[in-house]
Amino acid sequence: MYYGLSNFYQNHRRYVKSRDDSQLNGDNSSLLNPSKECEPYRINEDKPIAPCGAIANSMFNDTLELYRIDNDTRIPITLIKKGIAWWTDKNVKFRNPTGDGNNLTALFQGTTKPVNWPKPVYMLDSEPDNNGFINEDFIVWMRTAALPTFRKLYRLIERKNNLQPTLQAGKYSLDIAYNYPVHSFDGRKRMILSTISWMGGKNPFLGIAYITVGSICFFLGVVLLIIHHKYGNRNTSADIPN
Amino acid sequence: MGCAVILFPVLPILFIFLFFLQNNSIKTSKYNFFTFLPLNLFEQFQRIANAYFLFLLILQLIPQISSLAWFTTVVPLVLVLAVSGVKDAIDDFNRHKSDKHVNNRPVQVLINGMLKDEKWMNVQVGDIIKLENNNFVTADLLLLSSSEPHSLTYIETAELDGETNLKVKQALTVTAELGEDLQKLTEFNGEVKCEAPNNKLDKFTGTLTLRGEKYALDNEKMLLRGCTIRNTEWCFGLVIYAGPDTKLMQNSGKTTFKRTSIDRLMNVLVLVIFAFLALMCLILAIGNGIWEYDKGYYFQVYLPWAEGVNSASYSGFLMFWSYVIILNTVVPISLYVSVEIIRLGNSFYIDWDRKMYYPLNDTPAQARTTTLNEELGQIKYIFSDKTGTLTQNIMCFNKCSINGKSYGDVYDMSGQRIEINEKVDFSYNQLADPKFAFYDHSLVEAVKLSDVPTHRFFRLLSLCHTVMPEEKKEGNLVYQAQSPDEGALVTAARNFGFVFRARTPETITIVEMGETKIYKLLAILDFNNVRKRMSVIVRSPEGDLTLYCKGADTILYELLHSSCDTLKEETTEHLNEFAGEGLRTLVVAYKNLDEDYFQEWIRRHHEASTALEGREDKLSELYEEIEKDLMLLGATAIEDKLQDGVPQTIETLAKANIKIWVLTGDKQETAMNIGYSCNLLNDDMEDVFIIEGSTSDDVLNELRKKMKPDSFLDSDEINIQFEKSSKKPKIIPDEQANGVYGLVITGHSLAYALEGNLELELVRTACLCKVVICCRVTPLQKAQVVELVKKYKKAVTLAIGDGANDVSMIKTAHIGVGISGQEGMQAVLSSDFSFAQFRYLQRLLLVHGRWSYIRMCKFLKYFFYKNFAFTLVHFWYGFFSGFSAQTVYDEWFITLYNLVYTSLPVLGMSLFDQDVDDRWSMLFPQLYVPGQQNLYFNKTVFVKCMLQGIYSSLILFFIPYGAMYNTMRSDGKAIADYQSFALMAQTCLLIVVSVQIGLDTSYWTVVNQFFIWGSLSVYFAITFTMYSDGMYLIFTASFPFIGTARNTLSQPNVWLAIFLSITLCVLPVVGFRFLKAQLKPTPSDKIPSWQYEKAKKRPPPPSPKRRLRRTSTRRSGYAFSHQHGFGALIMSGRNMRPKSPFATTGTFSPNSDKHKHKGL
Repeated sequence: MYYGLSNFYQNHRRYVKSRDDSQLNGDNSSLLNPSKECEPYRINEDKPIAPCGAIANSMFNDTLELYRIDNDTRIPITLIKKGIAWWTDKNVKFRNPTGDGNNLTALFQGTTKPVNWPKPVYMLDSEPDNNGFINEDFIVWMRTAALPTFRKLYRLIERKNNLQPTLQAGKYSLDIAYNYPVHSFDGRKRMILSTISWMGGKNPFLGIAYITVGSICFFLGVVLLIIHHKYGNRNTSADIPN
Repeated sequence: MGCAVILFPVLPILFIFLFFLQNNSIKTSKYNFFTFLPLNLFEQFQRIANAYFLFLLILQLIPQISSLAWFTTVVPLVLVLAVSGVKDAIDDFNRHKSDKHVNNRPVQVLINGMLKDEKWMNVQVGDIIKLENNNFVTADLLLLSSSEPHSLTYIETAELDGETNLKVKQALTVTAELGEDLQKLTEFNGEVKCEAPNNKLDKFTGTLTLRGEKYALDNEKMLLRGCTIRNTEWCFGLVIYAGPDTKLMQNSGKTTFKRTSIDRLMNVLVLVIFAFLALMCLILAIGNGIWEYDKGYYFQVYLPWAEGVNSASYSGFLMFWSYVIILNTVVPISLYVSVEIIRLGNSFYIDWDRKMYYPLNDTPAQARTTTLNEELGQIKYIFSDKTGTLTQNIMCFNKCSINGKSYGDVYDMSGQRIEINEKVDFSYNQLADPKFAFYDHSLVEAVKLSDVPTHRFFRLLSLCHTVMPEEKKEGNLVYQAQSPDEGALVTAARNFGFVFRARTPETITIVEMGETKIYKLLAILDFNNVRKRMSVIVRSPEGDLTLYCKGADTILYELLHSSCDTLKEETTEHLNEFAGEGLRTLVVAYKNLDEDYFQEWIRRHHEASTALEGREDKLSELYEEIEKDLMLLGATAIEDKLQDGVPQTIETLAKANIKIWVLTGDKQETAMNIGYSCNLLNDDMEDVFIIEGSTSDDVLNELRKKMKPDSFLDSDEINIQFEKSSKKPKIIPDEQANGVYGLVITGHSLAYALEGNLELELVRTACLCKVVICCRVTPLQKAQVVELVKKYKKAVTLAIGDGANDVSMIKTAHIGVGISGQEGMQAVLSSDFSFAQFRYLQRLLLVHGRWSYIRMCKFLKYFFYKNFAFTLVHFWYGFFSGFSAQTVYDEWFITLYNLVYTSLPVLGMSLFDQDVDDRWSMLFPQLYVPGQQNLYFNKTVFVKCMLQGIYSSLILFFIPYGAMYNTMRSDGKAIADYQSFALMAQTCLLIVVSVQIGLDTSYWTVVNQFFIWGSLSVYFAITFTMYSDGMYLIFTASFPFIGTARNTLSQPNVWLAIFLSITLCVLPVVGFRFLKAQLKPTPSDKIPSWQYEKAKKRPPPPSPKRRLRRTSTRRSGYAFSHQHGFGALIMSGRNMRPKSPFATTGTFSPNSDKHKHKGL
């Protein structure tokens, strides 16, 4: 299950660089003194913002819930929220600050939440291994998209067994807690459900392109062969200079 | 101020009030240890590219603009500066070394009455120094005294003006008296006033004030730095100019900086690229303005405008500069450095080429200028010197005709001429010159049989000349001849047993077949240009009076006695044969004189020679009177030996569509003769025009009439075109002549032809001719002719020469080539390339030049292509990233792309590539033609590269775009993120440009393979390293791309996209090239089929060196010398040594006794 945004310029230069990788990597000095790149989301009310920068500040915070309607009863579909980020991101790139104990609240002491966030970073999730900077929703958001129209992995719906389809045919309802405004810049939000194959998501581009290029190659080959036969032996011996 | 007065109070009073005191050290180096860094940096930043990068660096320091990290510019810039800096440092270090070598040469200086060894650099103006035989002259000296009588000093000026014959300098009588008396020299106290230092080699004016008396000084008393003392045991000189003031140094140093046409084109292209860059930035900046107004303004919820930015247009303005930084890679900083490296590499090939190494005098070819290589592949006009370049300046007695019998050719039994056989054995003659070679044994037989005419013939050759003998060791005779022809004749006589051994003003000592005979020399009727002959009158030991005469056939035939008419016919036949082989001929005759008549004649001769008025006329009348009714003896034929392989080289170069002009100081006959013998001129030509008019109108008429008379009418389009635009320099288009013509023009006609309005006519006429020979031209005219062609023809010129008289032309031409290994070094020193033999020119041009040109063109094409493909992707990405100057690639990739990932493969290609190997390049000279026409790299080609680059960049952006759009990894995780996209795009790009270089490379070596595969592996290695966990944990801020490589490159669709973009980028190129090779093949495309054909036919064995035979009756006169002979000097005894140590004669003339006392 993905959420998609369009007309959202996550690849804008100022946006892309507006983060502090040291802070996100758990560096304590950067936590309290974020990089200048984070401006203007560096310091709020004299306290350093954690996580700082425009990317973090604009984190997508709608919540999506999927239900199958079976005889008027809403059966919630299990959505797995872990395992949606790259392993390297989760384990190497993003780390919570270190210090005495595991109490994130204490570790983030002296920082403040990003301006747009309703709650601080240490309250993103209840599970300790998915909280703070290593919250996977956060990590996914921080991996900025290359294009202004993009989709990001939101939740996984696991296939239970091979005999049953993952989502059987039927009525479904989607509950959206609408927190994230996109109207102001003419943005669009989407929710996508996609099955993945060995090639990744569904994208017909490569297939079409290969077929086209293959045909062109074939056609060119034939044309060149004809030309070669017609003109190719013209220059073998006629004009050998002495 | 005209003439600076420099006073020199000379030793021993060390009270010197000099205007300025110059010591003799010279300095050609530019930097010293401390000034190197600032000066070198200053020079480097004068280059537009370096300055541009400095400017970029400053831009990057502005935070609002900076779109790239600082290291993307600093790293390349520092690297480039370092490479050039090291190169400059090494060059300068070598200059320091050679300066030091010259400055530390030892010389004897007179200090406080003692001769002390000093270094050259410590010699000062006003010092008296002693030079010995074969010493180099230390500074410009005033000759004070020497070991020779009359304080004559012989010097060789080869390094100064290229003339190898000896020149005589003579000191003032007052100073000559000083001799080698150190005491007197120490007490010598005089004052010299002279002109300010200048570069006129043949002029000096000054005065010497000695004990209150003034003496005029002129060039005859000066020994100039660069000369060598010869035949003079010692001499003393007073230093007048030292170090940088010397005429030699004043003449050198002003080397003009030469640039190649590709250099100039490159500069234009860089400006075009700048304009293109500005345009792109402008488009993007406007785009940004619109975007910020339309979208960014509303997007401020999530991304507020940067500090200080309050309007979309201001943001656009900032973005303009940001894009300047990002797109700067279209003007690649490494371009200039790479070009230098390629040229340097190609120069090394020339230095290392064994086929251009001349083992006889151990001279390798040398690329003295390393920045002109590719121009060697574009030569259209060659200006060649004759003497020493085409010819060896060695005269060889080759054939002769004695009393109607021709000697020199060897025939076998059936009467066929045999080409190679053993030399004649001269061992019967103790005094023979071992270097002399002759092949006809019958002549030796004739000599041994005491054939009277043969003996008389050689006796004449040994008597009738003005050669000076020198016998340092018994039996080891060295002849000092004024012209090499004379030397050759006397040497021939010597070997056949008529050894000219010694001479005094009144006698000539000959060893005739082992028997010493002393002839009384009664008169020398000297050579001059009108008489074209010389005679001597001698009395033999038996008392017979005889006049011996040698001279040009045309002149001498008129003076013969009627009794030798039959002999005359036979000799004429032989003469024609000799001339047909390109030999220089000379007729010899004698006459027995009546005693009474001679006494009367010599009385009149004495009267005439002391006459005050009309002396010349009276003398020549007398000469003519006695030189008549001569008896013909025979004729000699001297071969002006061509350098090896000259005719073949010229033929090959002509096939390569190169026009050869010979510019020589020699006479017209000699020049034309050489023209024929080296195949420049031949009888297949429609006509050979000779222009020798002596007024401007004559020359004009000759020029007009002779070539295409109608082309000079007013209706001629080129004339009209020139009428219209008379101001700016014009380029004359190539015209096609209706036949093969040759043009010969003499120096004084050339002087008129080079004047204003005739220039054009000259160029047009001359360029219509296949061959142009200019004779009797001065060094300045040589340069003017080259300048003329440079001015009116859009062609690359090359000048080749060996002497100092060629220096001006070598410096003027686009490329100057010096023949090295000879004695004079002046030409080599001012040349760009040097080698020992003219024939190496074809290898230099057809192989090295062509390769360099092709390599440079391929390099430039590829270099511009790869940078366009690289940079323009940013441009397309701009449309999808809000024109925010976001880069597509990782910053590290941008930094390393030009320096590491793509530099070596392209260098490898441009150092090793060759379309056909050297053998085939030489076999098919027409492969050279595309270079002359500048076909491989010009503006059209550049535009093509640009279009190809734009196409590739489109592919490189949109294929990853399409492949990534809304897609996922196979485990559902992100792949369409910015970092993955960057990695994918840069991997595509790198593989595509690597494949492209593979397509461009036509000659694969291990190094090419290694570089290409190596670069790709290095790319992946570096990428994986930089994107690894370790690097991230150490330098968190610098390597944010952690894990991207691992997570992305494991995906099949990424590789499918990469493969697709390679196919799409390569497909049109391959298709286009295939079509071109099929439909419009270039010569080098045809080579494989030619090779195939040749292999089928089996290449014919190299045609044996044919003797060039002509049926024509052109004949060259005898080349004595342009000046008057030495006759007068000999007769007066002025240049006689007091005593020849091994003289076989015991009688000394009173004259020489007198000299003996004087000399000691």
